[in-house]
Amino acid sequence: MSRLFKYLKKYFLQILITLLLATIVVLSSLYLPILVGKIIDTLISYNVDFQRLLSLIIKMVLTIFITFISQYLLSYLNNRIGFNCCKTIRLDGFRKLLHLPISYIDNHLSGDITSRIINDVDTLSDGLILGLTNFFTSVLTIVISICYMFYLNYQVAFIVLFLTPLSLFITRFIANRSHKYFALQAGQKGKLSSYIDEIVNNQKLIISFNRHKQSQNDFDIISNSLAQTSKKAIFFSSLTNPSTRLINALTYAVIAVLGSLQVISSSITIGNLSTLLSYASQFSKPFNELSSVIVELQNALACANRIFELIDQDEIVEDVKKTLRPPIETIEFKGVYFSYNKNIPLIEDLSFKVNKGEKIAIVGPTGCGKTTLINLLMHFYDIDKGDILFNGISINDISRANLRENFSMVLQDSWLKQASIKENLQMGKECSDQQMIEACKKCHIDSFIERLPQQYQTIINENDDSISQGQKQLLCIARTMIQNPDVLILDEATSSIDTRTELKVQQAFDELMKGKTAFIVAHRLSTIVNSDCILVMKDGNIIEKGNHQQLLNKKGFYYNLYNSQFQN
Amino acid sequence: MKAVKYFKKYLFISLLSPLFKFLEVVFELLVPLVIADIVDIGICNNDILFIEKKGLLLLIFALLGFCCTTIAQYFASKVAVDYCNDLRIALFKNIQSLSMADYQRLSPSSLIVRLTNDINQIQNGLNLALRLLLRSPIIVFGAFFMAARISFKLSLTFLLTIIILLVIVFTIMLISIPLFTKVQNKQDDLAKTSKETIVGIRAISGFNKQDDQLQSFAQKNDDLYNTQLKSTRITILLNPITYLLINMAIVLVLFQSGIEVNIGNLTSGQTLALYNYMSQILVELIKLANLIIQINKAIACLKRVDSVLEIPAKQCGTSPIGQLNDDEIIKFDNVCFHFPDSNKDSISNISFSIKKGTITGIIGATGSGKSTIINLLNKFYSPTNGTILINNINIKDIDDIQLNQQIALVPQKSILLSGTIRSNLKFANENATEEKMMEVLHQSQCDFIKSTNDLDKEVSQFGNNFSGGQKQRLSIARALIKDSSILILDDSTSALDYATEKKIRETLLALKPEKTIIIISQRISSISFADNILLIDNGHLIGNSNHHNLLASCSLYQEIYNSQNKKENHYE
Repeated sequence: MSRLFKYLKKYFLQILITLLLATIVVLSSLYLPILVGKIIDTLISYNVDFQRLLSLIIKMVLTIFITFISQYLLSYLNNRIGFNCCKTIRLDGFRKLLHLPISYIDNHLSGDITSRIINDVDTLSDGLILGLTNFFTSVLTIVISICYMFYLNYQVAFIVLFLTPLSLFITRFIANRSHKYFALQAGQKGKLSSYIDEIVNNQKLIISFNRHKQSQNDFDIISNSLAQTSKKAIFFSSLTNPSTRLINALTYAVIAVLGSLQVISSSITIGNLSTLLSYASQFSKPFNELSSVIVELQNALACANRIFELIDQDEIVEDVKKTLRPPIETIEFKGVYFSYNKNIPLIEDLSFKVNKGEKIAIVGPTGCGKTTLINLLMHFYDIDKGDILFNGISINDISRANLRENFSMVLQDSWLKQASIKENLQMGKECSDQQMIEACKKCHIDSFIERLPQQYQTIINENDDSISQGQKQLLCIARTMIQNPDVLILDEATSSIDTRTELKVQQAFDELMKGKTAFIVAHRLSTIVNSDCILVMKDGNIIEKGNHQQLLNKKGFYYNLYNSQFQN
Repeated sequence: MKAVKYFKKYLFISLLSPLFKFLEVVFELLVPLVIADIVDIGICNNDILFIEKKGLLLLIFALLGFCCTTIAQYFASKVAVDYCNDLRIALFKNIQSLSMADYQRLSPSSLIVRLTNDINQIQNGLNLALRLLLRSPIIVFGAFFMAARISFKLSLTFLLTIIILLVIVFTIMLISIPLFTKVQNKQDDLAKTSKETIVGIRAISGFNKQDDQLQSFAQKNDDLYNTQLKSTRITILLNPITYLLINMAIVLVLFQSGIEVNIGNLTSGQTLALYNYMSQILVELIKLANLIIQINKAIACLKRVDSVLEIPAKQCGTSPIGQLNDDEIIKFDNVCFHFPDSNKDSISNISFSIKKGTITGIIGATGSGKSTIINLLNKFYSPTNGTILINNINIKDIDDIQLNQQIALVPQKSILLSGTIRSNLKFANENATEEKMMEVLHQSQCDFIKSTNDLDKEVSQFGNNFSGGQKQRLSIARALIKDSSILILDDSTSALDYATEKKIRETLLALKPEKTIIIISQRISSISFADNILLIDNGHLIGNSNHHNLLASCSLYQEIYNSQNKKENHYE
């Protein structure tokens, strides 16, 4: 709640105007029944006072117009405030996403984070707008109409005052009951969604294992139990309105009788009675609205909590003391300890040193920590103990941006953003079209691009089937070539590329790597035999180290790994 | 509309809700008449007993109204939820029977939205419609009718106002609905950007492109804001305009009443009743306007759901596959295939046959058409030309379930389903014993499953809690446990190291000749031990022989072989 107020503070003046407008709307719409009452009083007998009637009607028309204009302005302003505020919150959420430790993103489902930034903010915006519009007007309407009813006739007012809040109690009572079913429904909805997510996304698997019947059965069961709960939730919650209407009708009947008796005893006029009756029927509206606003607000606040939980996450804190300037002469791991889960040790006391221009290959069985090493090198994760030194400077003393400027990566999952091929290629560095096409030629992807309808301007989409995994990888390699960085990281960079193309690209790669430091992760040993140094990793430790020939001579783990590919 | 067909069952019961709503409305509409009586008879004659009797009548009306609504709400929620449940189940069934081409065209994420959000919108819309859609018009016209009974002349003003209002409401609607859709699309854009950023966070941070990404999000965010404001500017007019028009009509009616009262055609009680009816119309029309927005959304969703329901299920064969005893168990005869939205053949004129109990390797560059062959064999797609024979029967005619029973597939992208290791293995074979499970896990080198206790290890959605290599091995185990005679491995050892891959190769050799095996790979070392190798290039079958023959006679094969062995020779 207080977090939300912080965002609303910026709109203090606008909210003040909103409150003013709301007051005008409430006053003028409450004034209208009074005018109508007076008009009805002029219509009592045959000799209607037309002069008075006309002046009352002019007043009415004015009041209607004032209400109309301020009502429109009020909702416009409220919508603006709500949309604007949520725009800021959404942007803050997204900004946070970019500055969170990668571990947060690795540990949360992407769907959940997206839904916080998009869906939750949307619900918040709905609730906020409704709240701003209705909360104040409802409260004000209740207070003013009670005051006026007391002014007209305190007996009738007392009755209204006692009877109407009854509807609030009933609403509460029903809400508590239905809340149980709504909570149950939310859980079942979630279950159904994840089931759908899994089955619909893996249709080929379902088909090839003949699982339609079972999955349909499972689905029916989940869907049917959701339906049972939904029915109850909807029915119980739908009783709110009729119940308040019932209370309202009761009040109305009581006022009609009592008011009429008062008219007979001449303490009020028929016009007054009309005003009282229309107040009584209007009176339930703000109560109704108030209860629905409270439900909406609860929902909105729950969503607000989810988005603020994201926004309030601790960002990466950087303590920049030094600047790393190229060229990077040395990279040194010094007694590095690291694990994702503090109970399961992974990398322990890892030390090695790399000089400029060396090619370091990292090999080992899956899960041995190859990719972890890259996570540490790029400072995606913080090391637990020890240090990584670049030109003798600690990784903790330089900014991540500064560090990463000097690196370029081609990762296993080739990532391209939803933009033109040109924009994707020039992500690392702007360059002339000439240079860009040159790089694509070297990667043997140029002829493919040129065959596309809009060539380098072609937009790459989310799940583009027209570009194969291998072609995406080639684009990422071309991107790195354009960037031409000091240090290269290749994590299974050619895993999806067929070997003949790979051979052709290799030449360009060799040229690119000339004089540069490179870290190469691969499980296909053929791609790394010409490295200066091969680190053989197992269970987070380097168990062997040396060049290809040295390791073969050792006849150890690497020797066996290497020879296994020739034994048929 | 097929979606409407599912409503037939509820047609009768769905009428009950509006019927009871109608009764409630009648009780509500009688109220102003009673009030008019109180004023005109009770007050005028100072008849306290009459007033009290009428007051009691109002109380009874209120109670009866409440009972009617409760019944109406019950039937409305029942019909809405049950119908949508039927719709959801039917939709899921239809999605499961879609052909792969339709499935890809519609995209899984869009199908998921239809199954969840769209159905929810329909449910809300239908529930509201049953409850309110009839109520508002009944009250509006009922009030008009009652007003006409009091004074026909004055009721014409009512009629005119209602007509003008309806025209305005629908105009606003027509303008605002496309704007709603626009807002929805802008939100989709934002969701896409945020998802893309989450997936690519390493690449974005690596390139220090956080600011670019933020800017692109901010721009789309502004876009959304502007579109929201634009649509709001029009839709929020709805309430004030209704208020304005109805109240102006009230002014007019009051003025006309003044004239009528003056000449004695109308009493003040009747004026009061007229005013009350006008107020009722005001409240209902505002409700109706908001309701129509909801219903429009629901109809849009119903159309989206219906468009999937209308798609005919894929053609299934009926011929039994029989005992697989033909020597040529699989035969491709001049097979061509191209994807629906492409005019270039993925494979063209491919002919080959596979003998029972042999191992066949398929090799070729990315995009050469290897996976297409597997897609055709699994009947995910049908050949655009030529025929495929399994056990000498055209694949088109073979019963789909029986065909799938005979083929076990290890897909290129290894995905497990949430549950346990055990449930994933049972997925392939309901009757598998623990011994059998442990056996296939051993055969597929799942050395991380050490004992039967590990069978209950949890598997999270898509198997994300296992490494790529582990998932591949589990996915091989799942295929092995299936009681099938044909086993297909689609590039499914790419994340394994040589030693492990070698052991799996040995397992496969041991399965011969009981199973016929097809292995797809980009690496010669993964398929060189096969009895026969198919070399695919650019959709054409270039080579069809064993490793030694191909090495001796096929230049492309030699080229691939050299590309994979050259470096080793060079450096050794």
